[in-house]
Amino acid sequence: MFKAIIYVTLKEGVLDPQGEAVKKSLHVLNYEGVDEVRIGKFIEVWLKSQDEETARRELEDMSDKLLANPVIEDYRVELMEVV
Amino acid sequence: MKSGIIVFPGSNCDADCLHVMKNVMKQESEYIWHQASNLSAYDAIILPGGFSYGDYLRTGAIARFSPIMSAVVDYARQGGMVIGICNGFQILLEVGLLPGAMLRNRSLKFICDTVNLKVRQANTPFSNKLEEGQIIQVPIAHGEGNYYCDEKTLQELNDNKQIIFTYCGPEGEESLEYNPNGSLANIAGICNEKGNVLGMMPHPERCSEAVLGGTDGYKIFASMLNYLEEVGR
Repeated sequence: MFKAIIYVTLKEGVLDPQGEAVKKSLHVLNYEGVDEVRIGKFIEVWLKSQDEETARRELEDMSDKLLANPVIEDYRVELMEVV
Repeated sequence: MKSGIIVFPGSNCDADCLHVMKNVMKQESEYIWHQASNLSAYDAIILPGGFSYGDYLRTGAIARFSPIMSAVVDYARQGGMVIGICNGFQILLEVGLLPGAMLRNRSLKFICDTVNLKVRQANTPFSNKLEEGQIIQVPIAHGEGNYYCDEKTLQELNDNKQIIFTYCGPEGEESLEYNPNGSLANIAGICNEKGNVLGMMPHPERCSEAVLGGTDGYKIFASMLNYLEEVGR
């Protein structure tokens, strides 16, 4: 069994209205040093797969097809074996 | 014109579209459940607004894998008329029939309002009953209508005259002030390169009868009917 963590983030240059709002809020809380905030998604997936390489390929497939939208988002997969 | 209105779990403008098609347009129309796979009986397909699959993950992201969507893609590739309204537009983007993606509204608020739209192209199956430059009033109701695409795609949209509707002021002024959601180039509606697939955030089905306060939306459906009668499928 594998556990994957998929980080889905907005591509550089894509406006993040949520991040902007959170940044303003942090400024209101006097965290004036905050320069930029960008919000993404953290997805955990548990899956059965014959080996790590296959699991990684499947996860990249899933991310390309559904978990991320390649027009606006990038993703990164972290994979670990679990019992 | 026999239209099919695709119903996903969470669609909520399907009944409005059916009402306009049947009772206002006086045309044949029926619902198509998203598990269906045959669209050969229809002259036009409508993807209505709503919150398909609860907007989980991203708007339209899960609906685009419904069984019916591969039929919709084939139907569109064969030149069939497809109009996606609001969530329908978001689904068309996710499935790749239209370029680009939706981001959260700039204000982060769900906006329910009536806005002015400028008709940018009148030579399409969806706007031939309108005039280029005409200002129409159509309601909007969305939280993610902030259209985005990369620079190259925007250039292509411009070059191929695929931008059909843009947000504007009452006199046609174009500025961020009159753009409700922050969309790129004030985009409210675009079509594909061939012109047979339209996606728009505003809701023409909510302004197709005088009793609802406006009939500008009617002209969009009347354009589709007119196109079909003149050109055929």
